[in-house]
Amino acid sequence: MIDTYKRLMNVEPPPPAKKPRGFFTDTSLCIGCKACEVACKQWNRLPADGFAMTGNSYDNTGSLGATTWRHVQFIEQAKANSSRQDQRWLMMSDVCKHCANAACLEACPTGALIRTEYDTVYVQQDICNGCGFCVPACPFGVIDRAPKHGQFEPGTAHKCTLCYDRLKDDMTPACAKSCPTASIQFGDVEELQQRARRRLAELKARGETKAELYGMPEGKEAAEVGPLHAFFLLLDRPQTYNLPELPRLPRKTMAQRYGWSAAVGVGFALVGALVFGRRR
Amino acid sequence: MGSNMAENHPVGFRWPMKARERGATIIHVDPRFSRTSAAANLYVPIRSGSDIAFLGGLINYVLSRDLWFHEYVLAYTNASSIINEQYVDAEENGGIFSGYDPKSGSYDNASWAYAGPPQEANEDAAAHSGHGMEGTSPAKHQPARDETLQHPRSVFQILKRHYARYTPEMVEQVCGTPKDLFLQVADVLVKNSGRERTSAICYAVGWTQQSYGAQIIRAAGILQLLLGNMGRPGGGIMALRGHASIQGSTDVPTLFDLLPGYLPHPSVIKGDDTLEKYMRESAVRGGYWSNLPKFMVSLLKAWYGDAATKDNEYGYQWIPKLTGDHSHVTTSAAMADGEVKGFIVFGQNPANGSPNGGLQRKALTQLDWLVAVDLYETETAAFWYAAPEGWKPSDIKTEIFLLPTAGPAEKDGTFTNTQRLLQFHDKAVDPPGDARSDLWLVYHLGRRLKALYRDSTRPQDQGLRHLTWDYLPERTDRRWRIRDEPSAEAVLKEMNGSTVADRKLVADFAALKDDGSTACGVWIYSGVYPDEGKNMARRRVKGDGWVSSEWGFSWPANRRMLYNRASTDPQGKPWSERKKYIWWDPAQGKWTGFDRPDFPETKAPDTPPKADGTGVDLHSGSDPFTLKADGRGWLFAPSGLKDGPLPTHYEPLESPLRNALYPRQDSPVAKRFPRKDNPISPPGDAEYPYIVTTYRVTEQYTSGVMSRWVGWLSELMPEMFAEISPELAAEKGIENMDWIVVSSRRSQIECRALVTQRMRPFRHNGRVIHEIGLPYHWGYKGLVTGAMANDLVPLSEEPNVYIQEDKAFTCNIRKGRLR
Repeated sequence: MIDTYKRLMNVEPPPPAKKPRGFFTDTSLCIGCKACEVACKQWNRLPADGFAMTGNSYDNTGSLGATTWRHVQFIEQAKANSSRQDQRWLMMSDVCKHCANAACLEACPTGALIRTEYDTVYVQQDICNGCGFCVPACPFGVIDRAPKHGQFEPGTAHKCTLCYDRLKDDMTPACAKSCPTASIQFGDVEELQQRARRRLAELKARGETKAELYGMPEGKEAAEVGPLHAFFLLLDRPQTYNLPELPRLPRKTMAQRYGWSAAVGVGFALVGALVFGRRR
Repeated sequence: MGSNMAENHPVGFRWPMKARERGATIIHVDPRFSRTSAAANLYVPIRSGSDIAFLGGLINYVLSRDLWFHEYVLAYTNASSIINEQYVDAEENGGIFSGYDPKSGSYDNASWAYAGPPQEANEDAAAHSGHGMEGTSPAKHQPARDETLQHPRSVFQILKRHYARYTPEMVEQVCGTPKDLFLQVADVLVKNSGRERTSAICYAVGWTQQSYGAQIIRAAGILQLLLGNMGRPGGGIMALRGHASIQGSTDVPTLFDLLPGYLPHPSVIKGDDTLEKYMRESAVRGGYWSNLPKFMVSLLKAWYGDAATKDNEYGYQWIPKLTGDHSHVTTSAAMADGEVKGFIVFGQNPANGSPNGGLQRKALTQLDWLVAVDLYETETAAFWYAAPEGWKPSDIKTEIFLLPTAGPAEKDGTFTNTQRLLQFHDKAVDPPGDARSDLWLVYHLGRRLKALYRDSTRPQDQGLRHLTWDYLPERTDRRWRIRDEPSAEAVLKEMNGSTVADRKLVADFAALKDDGSTACGVWIYSGVYPDEGKNMARRRVKGDGWVSSEWGFSWPANRRMLYNRASTDPQGKPWSERKKYIWWDPAQGKWTGFDRPDFPETKAPDTPPKADGTGVDLHSGSDPFTLKADGRGWLFAPSGLKDGPLPTHYEPLESPLRNALYPRQDSPVAKRFPRKDNPISPPGDAEYPYIVTTYRVTEQYTSGVMSRWVGWLSELMPEMFAEISPELAAEKGIENMDWIVVSSRRSQIECRALVTQRMRPFRHNGRVIHEIGLPYHWGYKGLVTGAMANDLVPLSEEPNVYIQEDKAFTCNIRKGRLR
């Protein structure tokens, strides 16, 4: 019967699974040139988001959003003395993490959010109805709804596609392709993870004691959302880069929350019964 | 130093990053903690304008602690040469060298020459100090040398005395650089130089746009020679050019005082009346410049073709002769005074990109006509209705033509980049609408002018009449809508050169003759197109990842590294196995190696100099610097520079500080423009107490013409801002993102304050000196607009290369807005 349905409804078989693909963003190599931001917008035909200075270091992008899929953060550090001890200017190109257990995908009621054959997370624009459930579900604040006025259907959800169209043609995603210093590396996730472990050991040996990986299978941040297929080498604690130490999956806390909701409901009912019951 | 490579050359910066990953130490010496500093292993703060004091400190460190590369310095530099008795060093004369004429504000460099009988090229070396024309000829004698370096007038002893006071303490006092950081730099440099290791120095306009920019580069040259870092892999001094093909534009060139290939432009002042006289005085008997007549006659044959004959001096008289300084800055001043009628501007935007913007814009109003050729409507093209002066269009007499031009992908052509590498690129698409390539515009303008003057008998029109002007391809390319596009390859072939009789392309400049039998447009480019269908600039062979000789074409003669003879010891063996590059192969009797030797290929290391020869025959087999008259690297420059034989610390023309090293405050020969609309602050001007430096950020490009019309770039750096330290902000009651007014003696502008720890106050003898930073990308056209930093900059000129000083001048700031 299912076969008949598929035939009648012209359902294509899903493409065969490929090796998972992803990004390893090594912030120790980032020079903050923002070529990734521009290449992403150019390839994906995303508009400029307005011309306002933020005053937050050299970051005038602010955050990831419906029309900003790469965002370079700038973090200025120095002791507040005249010699500026330990001065650092950290730069990090942020992007959708393409989580193994993607919260956005779980929250999506329409099936617009899918997992591709490359094990990446992708929004099908012809199916998304703009309900917005995915937005609060994402623990990283990545996915965003299109504004009222713009090139996208208002309200529909958008985020990095890992250049799904380029992957189909065996091309490197635009951001990784344009990165001049190989801070953004694209490839098979497993191979990238091995590379990242080697790189961390190298940096530690060089005295970069604060360096750590974020989003690896063995990391505690992978406890709920799983390994991140776009993961990072950081030069400071994740919080420094606005990354949650423990990204939560809404599903994991749902039973507890339903419980609390029920308890609160019962509580209100009881209070109501006590207050209004007597009047009768 | 003097470069913000990560921000302004992000693609090239991948190589320093790779080197860092392989264990190299990157040091960034800069007034601001920039993205380059962030990527460097060591950031070293320095007050803007004090680079020579810093480099002089390093030179003194190397000399006083006997850390110089003895064998290299003795064999390859002029350390042992003895200088004229009349020479008086700046150390003994309050910061001024001998030969200074205060009346004209210039030097007569006769007393800086090598000791001995007068040398033939000495007298005109001052006159002919074009780029590369550095010749005192040792032709009539070998320069007197003292190989023990003990002679008090030997270059080595003079150098030692000259820099003796540039101590680490003095560096701290003048540059504001903490002594321990300075010593760390010195230590890293010394440890990474010598037989086994080399160090490179990169600079950009942070050095050149100062009133003694050429001398800063010279100081780096002295240091690198002392450490044995010239002509060796991983060594050298890298000039990071400000635009994609600015190297090409000085090679070909667009500079007023040079002909193609760094030949000096004939000048009335120098008395270049005849070709014979010009060539006699310009050619230097010793070194490769002795070939100048071959290059000059071939150039004239390329320009004037059959009309150039021996009888008419190959058309030499048709070249307009220089009558003075016709540089951009000087011409702008003349234009403001109404002395210039017409102005054609290609890819340049003086209204907000050149110093003293107010004066630049006023100058435009004085023109009869202006032609602006660019991708977008520039500030220069739009001044008549959009300038901040608020002029009424009806009051502007200038007639303005805006010609839309083609972008790089819309035309064929070459880029010549920083390391002299020519790369050809092909047109991918027709330019839109009426837009045409620069080549199209120049070619068709020339064609029409030639038609207009076809029948003229006036002598001044003969050059135009006889100019060869045939660049249209034989077959039109049917792929394109534009059918009358000249062939960029035809131009490149003319640059390569050919024989006159059978029009056969020449293999390289060694084939050029001075008898009119060869034609060559740019001698240094000769070899780029050695045969029909063989455009070497098209080559893209990746090779070994080491020298990659088959990627593009590098002038001269595809040599990737100049003076690479110095990569071996005098006997022709590499200084070390690790750093081997080229070497002498006794079995074959020639030089061989990874790169093409920059040396006569079969000249053995033990070849003695010929006493009666010319050119490189005057050099021994171990004199690597073949362009120099004596074949040696010049620690001391006996000629070629207008502001002294040795780099000396001066303060910028505008400085809050007194020169701590000399009574002489600033460069005695830098050109000021004392005019009402160009006032310059006196030293220590209390009204303008802060140092200001201008620069670019990655997100925008120069005056903004190519970036402020692109939304994706504009959103990344949307507004003009000033970077100021928290200390200065607190003093002035300024918060981050407040509006502030920045003022100089010329003008005032308003912008946002970006308060950041990346800026810092400098301490000098207990006094705190603040410095602020201004990017100069904004103007009044484009998607994003903003105040123009160049409005604050004074008109001035470095004496050798005529560039303005905008990397260090003074300003004041206050919280608030202009109105």
